[in-house]
Amino acid sequence: MSGRATVARLPRELHPLAWWGWAVGLAGAASTTSNPYLQLLLVAVACIVVLARRTDHPWARVFHLYLAVGALIVVLRVLFRLLVGGAYGTRVLVDLPEIPLPDAVLGIQLLGPVTQEALLGGLYDGLRLATIVICVGAANALANPKRLMASMPAALYEVGTALVVAVNVMPQLAQSVRRVRAAQRLRPSPGGRARRWTSIRRVLVPVLEDALDRSLALAAGMDTRGYGRSGEATRAQRLRTGALMLGGMVGIGVGVYGVLDLTAPRWLALPMLALGVALAVAGMVASGRRVGRTRYRPAPWRWPEVVVVGTGIAVLAAFLVLRGSEPLVLEPDLLAAPVVSVAALAAALLGLVALLAPPPPGTDGGAR
Amino acid sequence: MIELRGITFTYDDAATPVLDRVDLEVEEGELVLVAGRTGVGKSTLLGVVPGLVPRFTGGTLGGDVLVDGTSIVDLPPRERAHLVGYVGQDPVAGFVTDTVEEELAYGMEQLGLAPTTMRRRVEETLDLLGIADLRARDLRALSGGQQQRVAIGAVLAAHPRLLVLDEPTSALDPTAAEEVLASLTRLVHDVGLSVLLAEHRLERVVPFADRTCLLTGDGRVRVGDTADVLREAPVVPPIVDLGRRLGWEPLPLTVRDARRRVRGLGLPAAPDAPVRTATAAGLTGRGVTVAHGRRAVVREVDVDLPSGIVTALMGRNGAGKSSLIWALQGSRKRYAGRVTVDGVDPAALSADERVRRVGLVPQTAADLLYLETVREECAAADAGARAEAGSCAALLATMVPGIDPEQHPRDLSEGQRLALVLAIVLVAEPPVLLLDEPTRGLDYPAKEALAVTLRRLADTGHAVLVASHDVEFVARVADRVVVMAEGEVVSAGPVRDVLAESPSFAPQVAKITGAGWLTVDEVVAAAGSAGESS
Repeated sequence: MSGRATVARLPRELHPLAWWGWAVGLAGAASTTSNPYLQLLLVAVACIVVLARRTDHPWARVFHLYLAVGALIVVLRVLFRLLVGGAYGTRVLVDLPEIPLPDAVLGIQLLGPVTQEALLGGLYDGLRLATIVICVGAANALANPKRLMASMPAALYEVGTALVVAVNVMPQLAQSVRRVRAAQRLRPSPGGRARRWTSIRRVLVPVLEDALDRSLALAAGMDTRGYGRSGEATRAQRLRTGALMLGGMVGIGVGVYGVLDLTAPRWLALPMLALGVALAVAGMVASGRRVGRTRYRPAPWRWPEVVVVGTGIAVLAAFLVLRGSEPLVLEPDLLAAPVVSVAALAAALLGLVALLAPPPPGTDGGAR
Repeated sequence: MIELRGITFTYDDAATPVLDRVDLEVEEGELVLVAGRTGVGKSTLLGVVPGLVPRFTGGTLGGDVLVDGTSIVDLPPRERAHLVGYVGQDPVAGFVTDTVEEELAYGMEQLGLAPTTMRRRVEETLDLLGIADLRARDLRALSGGQQQRVAIGAVLAAHPRLLVLDEPTSALDPTAAEEVLASLTRLVHDVGLSVLLAEHRLERVVPFADRTCLLTGDGRVRVGDTADVLREAPVVPPIVDLGRRLGWEPLPLTVRDARRRVRGLGLPAAPDAPVRTATAAGLTGRGVTVAHGRRAVVREVDVDLPSGIVTALMGRNGAGKSSLIWALQGSRKRYAGRVTVDGVDPAALSADERVRRVGLVPQTAADLLYLETVREECAAADAGARAEAGSCAALLATMVPGIDPEQHPRDLSEGQRLALVLAIVLVAEPPVLLLDEPTRGLDYPAKEALAVTLRRLADTGHAVLVASHDVEFVARVADRVVVMAEGEVVSAGPVRDVLAESPSFAPQVAKITGAGWLTVDEVVAAAGSAGESS
């Protein structure tokens, strides 16, 4: 290994897009299968990688919340199947009495016989959704979402800044509400008829005034520091960029319509979509080039990033292949116990290759 | 270098201009202080330079702003970013990113500097302001002094020609203020940066100012040598006040100069303070502990607030002063300890009962206000406290006479708004009154008015606790001082003893004349009698 390649493995923050690519790959793989063993395996892979490579940002500390939400999804899914499952399936496990409903809600069945198919179907469905949610949570824990927004292409810079500001505003607003509520309790509260409306107003007015003041101060701060300075683009350049972007949007719109509407002529579908995307990308590049802005310490893209993204894509690809070759493993029969093949096992565990990524700074790497 | 020429500015609904044909020039490497009473247009004048006025305020601007002879008055603020760096009153509100390093780089990214230049300048700025160890820290988790220095560094990294600062030390404790000012003087002396700064706490900045621009209140300014301008200014730090009243010439501006003059005065020994005696127990707290999660922010604090006494609570930003105040009032949950007022624990009462026992004016006093006019606010307070109609307005009139009852509370000056909140709290007639950082944004006359009010409240049997960074105000108003650090009481006792013991909390008069003296009045009186007897 050359020196440069080993340096890339020293503790550092990985490019946020790499982790998102990996997580999306895992989530995509989860959506192709209903096999509970494979789902649990994917969740385990996500958990292991998160535990080994998560940063100590506040975002990373809420990963367990995603796990809790996942569990909740599974429980709710199963409960709903039991409650309003409808009588499908043949193997009845428990025969609950059906609660008669008025004719107005015809077609909805409350309780009734619980079949194995309904129960397992609910369980598998819930697991699939939970796995996808947990994969998103893993991406959040591994990559600071604000850094993700910061690595948007130059043309989308304004949108990225707006999102960063919006993310910062929410905790400030909550703090402001707390402060004002405490303060309002320091003055004798007026009694009488309008009490409820008054109490809402007593918190709302100072909080909104505070929020308005803050936004103005932030806008002033950004403006005086040069946010939104005009670049050196000429009128012709700006026109060209505008035309490219507009053409791209139209192309994408028509293309998506062509793909979805099967009666539309085929040349309107994929070719049009591709053309639209190409025009939009060209427009973004053109507008990005004329922005007179630079980036401080952009996150580098080295081989570990490629490996991490590649791992995600490989897992997804392997599951897509397995869907063709081993359909019964990926979509197990609801009447039989699900099975796992060696190939499927290997495909899920492939996600662990992402552990090759360097540990985040501030940790001593493998010791954790 | 930067020149304001004939600047005239009128707010949209105002009849007379705030700034009337103002001329001001700031030379290379010069620190110019903008002084004046609250509401005379200091912030407006500062805002004209980066272009925030009139863009963010509305109103009509006349005149011209020139940089090296080129007019920039028509450029929007963002196109002036490479020339003028601006830090507003609340630096946290202006932060765009999360971490110190990113914030320092933000302005340079907007200017489109090369990545290698940015990298170098970030490191230079970190060193220049002494914040290198904070580089990866979250901006919102820093202390006030650190935040202010990061905000200054963030505009400085873009290498502007002029730095404009609006009250950079007002919210800071004495030590943090010194850190910021030391950084600033270093920039002025070593880098040759020009600085234009407004400040209420003149005692902190006057020694550093090359020239002073005094806003007289009628829209005009008087610019000149600091000592000359302050000779007739309505707002002066204690040191200048002392010099003026004793007829010293030239007027001393630093503690060192004044100390030399005071030696020839033949001052007698420090006076014995008139000791006020407590009239009743007031509020007692024993072993008060407040926890934030598992961390103790206030640890086993014993505190007595007897009636008839004004107690000052001092300490660094983040020492637990606010937490203690809220815990004493009973709104904030105590982890352990007892608080009694008239034999009752205020925490055990309902919110409406509590305000009758302990009144609290929080740090952002405006949080209490929600109605459109001063009259409505007063009426709501009367109704809530079941007091006689008009009692709140009467209280307000004794504190600050002449407030138009139809005015919107937000249009009041800081001092007037504080008085309004104080009146609303006092309508419920609480025997104990707690104030958290009330002097923020008040000029000397407004502080004097507040001091008179607090004194009168104590004399009518109230127990008063004031948390404040403002040493001069504490020296003026308090009988006793409690100093906190890291959630614990480190010293407590009569104001004369505590303030004299501590180098960072000593008021200017004590620094000049030695321990024992606190206020200008005392020294002037003693000097007068010393002169007569000799």
